[in-house]
Amino acid sequence: MRSVLKNKSVFRIRCARCMCLAAGILFIGIGLVRQEHLEVMQKAVRICLECIGIG
Amino acid sequence: MHRHRMKHKRSMIQLLSAVLLNGYMIGFRNGKIYTGKAKAVCVPVLNCYSCPGALGACPVGALQAAVGGGKGHVPFYVLGILMLFGVVLGRVVCGFLCPFGFVQDLLYKIPVPKLHVPKKIDRPARYLKYVVLLAAVILLPVSAAAKTGAAVPYFCKYICPAGTLGGALPLMGADPVLRDLTGTLFDWKLFVLAVVLILSMLISRPFCRYLCPLGAFYALFNRFSFFQMQLDQTKCTGCGACERVCPMEVEVTRNINSAECIRCGKCKGACPTGAISSGFGNKEGTSEPGNEASGKKERRIPE
Repeated sequence: MRSVLKNKSVFRIRCARCMCLAAGILFIGIGLVRQEHLEVMQKAVRICLECIGIG
Repeated sequence: MHRHRMKHKRSMIQLLSAVLLNGYMIGFRNGKIYTGKAKAVCVPVLNCYSCPGALGACPVGALQAAVGGGKGHVPFYVLGILMLFGVVLGRVVCGFLCPFGFVQDLLYKIPVPKLHVPKKIDRPARYLKYVVLLAAVILLPVSAAAKTGAAVPYFCKYICPAGTLGGALPLMGADPVLRDLTGTLFDWKLFVLAVVLILSMLISRPFCRYLCPLGAFYALFNRFSFFQMQLDQTKCTGCGACERVCPMEVEVTRNINSAECIRCGKCKGACPTGAISSGFGNKEGTSEPGNEASGKKERRIPE
């Protein structure tokens, strides 16, 4: 009985792993298509005065 | 011998990571930040993009900028990067790659009397980082953006000590104009940084334990990430050596893949029977993530 429960738990965890991995890759793909990386770059190439406690 | 080699190896990886992520050395001299294309890539750690040496973007800053930008869309790119690192490595990122974690580790090595936070305070306080993630990084910027069209980066502006240490201080050191611009907000940020640094000498990784929103995000993946810690129940004698050396005070024998575990491997080095291992995938006969409770042993932990 314990081994059945263990197998189910392991199966669920492996499913969650794979789904998160797939979702992560998909999200990056969607973000790249929507050019979100350029928005990230626009923000990151300027000194953020607020971020460093000045602005 | 093995323990020392492991400790040394981790410190070297942490140092290498800090240097590689902040490799734009000219920036420190000129008081300017790197503006190349690599800044379009989020690094997986808390590393301010206003640090003169930073070669990539800070994911927390990028996430706040995206949700507080007033466009009302889901920040897929940043979330995707964080999920990818989270599901592959979990909090290995905190233990091995984060420069601010490295700073805290170094400070904890200073031989001053250490402070033990009572469990009654420690356990609930650990939830604070999830509140910081939800409130300061997501909800406040979203609601402010909905009202005014754009939001301030609340976490970076009022909390983040890594930005003060890695961004503000080196920039001010090189640029006198920035020094003249400081006011009450900077005094507050300096106070937060000082508190975190002083506490880091007394408590192991206080910022990671209680405040870091990135640690909170990766903690969500710790239980089922590809990288796992494993406890061989047949070898474990329940001596508790692992729990005594754990910098995050994880109950290793009960919950080895706890959300708090930063996978530093100290428990592995301390185990006298070699019952603890780590890596990608699980071995036969070891505790799988999610079934630690079923393999629970009677604990005989000497004080």
